[in-house]
Amino acid sequence: MTEEVDAGRRHFLTVATVAVGAVGAAFAAVPFLASWKPSARAKALGAPVEVDISKLEPGAMVKVEWRGKAIFIVNRTPQMLSTLAGIEDRLRDPDSNESEQPEYAHNRDRSVKPEYLVLVGVCTHLGCAPLEKFTPGDATVEAGWPGGFFCPCHGSKFDMSGRVFKDVPAPTNLPVPPYQFVSDTRILIGSDTRSA
Amino acid sequence: MASTSQSIKSGGGRLAALTAWIDDRFPMTKLWKEQVSEYYAPKNMNFWYFFGSLSLLVLVLQIVTGIFLTMNYKPSAQEAFASVEYIMRDVEWGWLIRYLHSTGASAFFIVVYLHMFRALLYGSYQKPRELLWIFGMLIYLCLMAEAFFGYLLPWGNMSYWGAQVIVSLFGAIPYIGNALTEWIRGDYFISDVTLNRFFALHVIAIPFALVFLVVAHLMALHEVGSNNPDGVDIKKVKGPDGIPLDGIPFHPYYTVKDIVGVGVFLILFCLVVFFAPTMGGYFLEHANFEPANPLQTPEHIAPVWYFTPFYAILRAVPNKLMGVALMGAAVMILFFLPWLDRGKVKSIRYRGPIFKFFLVAFAISFVALGFLGLQPPTPLYTNLARLFTVVYFAFFLLMPWYSSIDRTKPVPTRVTYHAH
Repeated sequence: MTEEVDAGRRHFLTVATVAVGAVGAAFAAVPFLASWKPSARAKALGAPVEVDISKLEPGAMVKVEWRGKAIFIVNRTPQMLSTLAGIEDRLRDPDSNESEQPEYAHNRDRSVKPEYLVLVGVCTHLGCAPLEKFTPGDATVEAGWPGGFFCPCHGSKFDMSGRVFKDVPAPTNLPVPPYQFVSDTRILIGSDTRSA
Repeated sequence: MASTSQSIKSGGGRLAALTAWIDDRFPMTKLWKEQVSEYYAPKNMNFWYFFGSLSLLVLVLQIVTGIFLTMNYKPSAQEAFASVEYIMRDVEWGWLIRYLHSTGASAFFIVVYLHMFRALLYGSYQKPRELLWIFGMLIYLCLMAEAFFGYLLPWGNMSYWGAQVIVSLFGAIPYIGNALTEWIRGDYFISDVTLNRFFALHVIAIPFALVFLVVAHLMALHEVGSNNPDGVDIKKVKGPDGIPLDGIPFHPYYTVKDIVGVGVFLILFCLVVFFAPTMGGYFLEHANFEPANPLQTPEHIAPVWYFTPFYAILRAVPNKLMGVALMGAAVMILFFLPWLDRGKVKSIRYRGPIFKFFLVAFAISFVALGFLGLQPPTPLYTNLARLFTVVYFAFFLLMPWYSSIDRTKPVPTRVTYHAH
């Protein structure tokens, strides 16, 4: 038996052992990392909510909670809808091509029925809740304000369809959640596939 | 080893015998000598050198008060807010323990910022102290994480929305952003699940990492030796006994000096704890005195003062991803300081006018950004924040240039010292 160390063999064994150990550690880390994902209970609590809009006056807004987020439902008047036209050049994403909405709300009104606007009331900048500033010309926002939403945190502005204005920090329009009308006066927030 | 324990034994006495018994089994005397009584520190360290030991003091204070707070705090969305009120009103001396902890958080950042500025003044991050600086920066990162996780725990409305804003920052990362924020929260919004895990991170994970890093920071310091206001390497001039001529033993000289610093610090600290624990809304924000409400954002969200310089940088950029990236860069660029500085001298005393100008400009911009981060975003303030963001980054990015061309003064071989 030789006294000499086979350095190449020793090096190979060291690298192989480290590699096997690293793969084992990576697999062992999976359960711990996965335990941070929403649990079965959190997923169940994120189920859709049904809202009665029969008492929502024209021009008024109601906030409901879905998955801990405020959902804005606005009964838009014809005057409010008329402010959406002709301001495209002041908007960052007027056709909502970069924004988050279901295909059926991918239009100028960003809604299924033009009079009812349904939005996730969470600013796309850093998640604050925008305020309702529906009065045109509201001086607390800016001169020539057409009416819409204003985020008090960092000054992002959105029009009456939740479309974001230029030169504000928010990158995209306010998201439209999945929703459907289960009847003329009831909206189901969070699901668009349940049969009415 | 055997001979030292023999000599101590011959000194007689039961205490000496006990010391010898321990030293034969654990390097107690050896550690004490190496790290304290025979650790030679430069004799010219000034008041800027208080803030290292004060950081250690505040760390101990936070750990002790934190342990006692966990005995009454309930980390659940249903009970958290009420349990903090319970600590404040019903637990004997609970108000004191909580105010020590909440004031300690701000005090921690004050002493750490001054400690870091000391390193900038005297070039304490330069070779051979690069790793010492990096350990310090990792401590600073841990401290920011610790402050962020801890701020959610009272479950006030500012806790809630502050966490919402900070977690949303990760949503700016392309492709994985949304999945990542959901993973951090463990839910579709900041919920009980999030609170519970932030509690675990705040009381176990981060403190554990923090203590480990502080030990590494001190070991690195005692390996290379302390810098000093002259930036002179005292190990270059040694006496016949091998001890630096400008060095004095840490104990008793600096232990005594640091105790004076501790005394002054505790006077100021107690003034805040007893007479202004909320510091007019800067240490404990007003909006946090009402419970978390996911449907109602506070009118004006501002982080606690120690995060506002970076927050102002975030807001200065009209693009979400770029804003987040720039804010991250503002913190991470500090790691590279030892390699950005091409200066031939360490201390501000021997630097040229260009470095002094940039350092002053940097200090002003850091304080100004801190102020602007507390204010609501008006067009004027946003433009000012942009200006100071440019100055902040110019300090670092232009450093390789201005630190190498600056007209430095000759550095003496011995430290400047006037006996009192």
